[in-house]
Amino acid sequence: MVTLMPLDNAERRKQLRRSLRRDAVALPFLLPWLIGLVLFFGYPMIATVYFSFTHYDQISAPEWVGLSNWRFVFTQYRPFLQALGNTLWLIALMVPARVLFGMVTGILVQQFKRGAGVYRTAFFLPYLAPPVAATIVFVFVLNPNGPVNQLLARISITGPNWFNDPSTSKLALTLLAMWGIGDLMIIFLASLLDVPREQYEAASLDGAGSLQQFRYVTLPAIKPIIVFAAVTGVIQATQYYTQALVAGKVASGSALGSGVGFDPGYPQGSTLTLAQLVYSLGFQHFNTGAASVVAVVLMGLSLAFAAILLRRGSAFLGAGE
Amino acid sequence: MATTNTPSPAGPARHRSRGIRLGIAALAVGTLVTACTATPPPSATVASDTPVTITFWHGWTLPQDVATIQQNIDAFEKLHPNITVVATSNVDDDKMTQGLRTSNGPDVVSSFTTDSVGGLCSSGALVDLNPMLAADNIDKAATFIPARLAYTQYKGVQCTLPLLGDAFALYYNTDMFTAAGISSPPKTWSEFTADAVKLTKMNNGSYDPVGFMPLFENYMSTPNQWMAQWSPTYLDDAGKSVLAKDPNVSAFFQYTRTLVDALGGYAALDKYRATFGDEWSDQNAFEVGKVAMQMDGEWRIPIIKADGSNVNYAVAPLPVPDNQADTYGKSDLTGTMIGISGKSAHQAAAWEFVKFLTTDTQALVSFGNQIYNLPSTNAALASPDLVSDPNFKVFLDIGANQYSVASLASCNGGNYMEVLNRFAAGWESGAINDLAGGLADVDQQIDVANSQCSAG
Repeated sequence: MVTLMPLDNAERRKQLRRSLRRDAVALPFLLPWLIGLVLFFGYPMIATVYFSFTHYDQISAPEWVGLSNWRFVFTQYRPFLQALGNTLWLIALMVPARVLFGMVTGILVQQFKRGAGVYRTAFFLPYLAPPVAATIVFVFVLNPNGPVNQLLARISITGPNWFNDPSTSKLALTLLAMWGIGDLMIIFLASLLDVPREQYEAASLDGAGSLQQFRYVTLPAIKPIIVFAAVTGVIQATQYYTQALVAGKVASGSALGSGVGFDPGYPQGSTLTLAQLVYSLGFQHFNTGAASVVAVVLMGLSLAFAAILLRRGSAFLGAGE
Repeated sequence: MATTNTPSPAGPARHRSRGIRLGIAALAVGTLVTACTATPPPSATVASDTPVTITFWHGWTLPQDVATIQQNIDAFEKLHPNITVVATSNVDDDKMTQGLRTSNGPDVVSSFTTDSVGGLCSSGALVDLNPMLAADNIDKAATFIPARLAYTQYKGVQCTLPLLGDAFALYYNTDMFTAAGISSPPKTWSEFTADAVKLTKMNNGSYDPVGFMPLFENYMSTPNQWMAQWSPTYLDDAGKSVLAKDPNVSAFFQYTRTLVDALGGYAALDKYRATFGDEWSDQNAFEVGKVAMQMDGEWRIPIIKADGSNVNYAVAPLPVPDNQADTYGKSDLTGTMIGISGKSAHQAAAWEFVKFLTTDTQALVSFGNQIYNLPSTNAALASPDLVSDPNFKVFLDIGANQYSVASLASCNGGNYMEVLNRFAAGWESGAINDLAGGLADVDQQIDVANSQCSAG
């Protein structure tokens, strides 16, 4: 045990000066990022919270209306609850599905001794497809009369209407998300290759089977990556916009009506997410106040889920230690 | 955002915390000051011989459309040598709205989304054109088609003017009509149902073709455009939604369900509809013979030609309810609108340009002829120079029909239609079966949204 001697005032001042000098050197390097943080994160965040208490159409000056927008969104605006439900569905099912599928794919690809590069490339390629193009292709592949349902019909299974049925549209979006698993697969693969082989050998000598080796060697080693994938997955799910909007537009077969804008969420609001609602309220319906309420809720959701996951997955924080 | 606070000595932490609080307070003050500062309107006067450059943002994208609007711009510049118009094409509504917020944005904007008119008028984003019309002795009621004036204003503020317009009619496959022994297009919805059933054929458990695709998600068969044939009342004089009280609205929804049932039910139709190609591609269901009849706008005529479709077709007005037979020939009317930015520094020059595009008969006729849109003034609609095409003539007549209607502008960008669309989707799928209760709920939602949007 080391006993620290109390510092005298002169020593403290010297330390403070050294610390200030260090900060003075670091500050110019940090400044561009700090300016960006204030301008593009701090200011919009505070402005969004302020706008949520105003009547604001992005053109005339905002007027303070207190909790009116919050009451409207939470108690009177039906699409909000539907979008919230859809977003929570994506968080609860799409995120775990992606993490699990990415991990399993990484483990399987790791097993290949021959042609490993080919498999890695094959699984990674879909991730490179632009989201809009990938979604359009997926909607055609999962068309009620498309190739997937034709294959299912050959084995006497009646395929669902996928993107055209409100009960399966989110499932179809989840399949799309799992198809583009390349990013997670690569991260998991790198993590799996990093697990010391000696630990498997030791476990094997102790009589551990494959499942036990996975449970007691692999899983603890890749736990930080699982938490990372879950946290980033939740953030992506709360911001889920492009794929849902494009899938709805393509599956509905109608890009725009004459004189009217496109209502997101086809079919029957089943793919309407909070991120789409922010756009719809703020830009299509001139109701930036209510859109800001939804945006604040979105941020709260992201923070809450991220906090829960980080607390539960303490290994993630300790990974670097 | 995945950041954590690490423990630190009390003193510096307190300083940092105070610093952060001060920073946040400064930001908040900045936000409030920025947000609460309104920009005063610029001067609208410009001497007639002063060289002026105005910017014009529009949404046309096809090369031939852009070239056509440029021809009109060239014609305007010849008449007004001191005014130069710089046009930007392919501007959607989001870009337009953002542009209208800034003092260096466009002077003149046009949009196809008439839903936005209420928001643009009530916010002052576009200036009221009534004083300019009056100053130039333009009697708008006598100049423009009344229904087209309705969707370009909000609560008396005429912040936009119609620049050409659209109407809806029934496209029908004449070969299929002949094969089914139908000699003329249906004029009432009961005749329509009988014809649609007669035209529907099944092959291997699916349609080949269906007489008509009655689902609201199908292309232009949206509730508000289809329901226009029943001449519904959306709002009463006090501005309250009265859809549940209007028997025409109930009759419309009852009819659509009867039609869906007569054609095989929602599930079968929805599955077949999913095989339809994109509305704006050469795989449009009508162009490839997947449907025998389709509700569509006048723009489909040149598109069918451009797509090289071999469909033999004709156009007729959409049917009307049996008890409104005397109103045959009407439809929902919508179209392009044009307005002047409230922040434009060249409003006088901008008005000259808007006036030319919207009221000059020759400009309207040549523009309409080239892009197959309906003229929006009475004079242009009566012009002998309009394109001679029997199918287009049907639309011209619908455009002039006294019973044709237009959707009302609302301050929240057509939110009432979105609410109605959500109900309609539930109704047609069978998820909602209480029509009266459902419509009352729609009324309540519309009223709440309207009161919320006018709260400021």
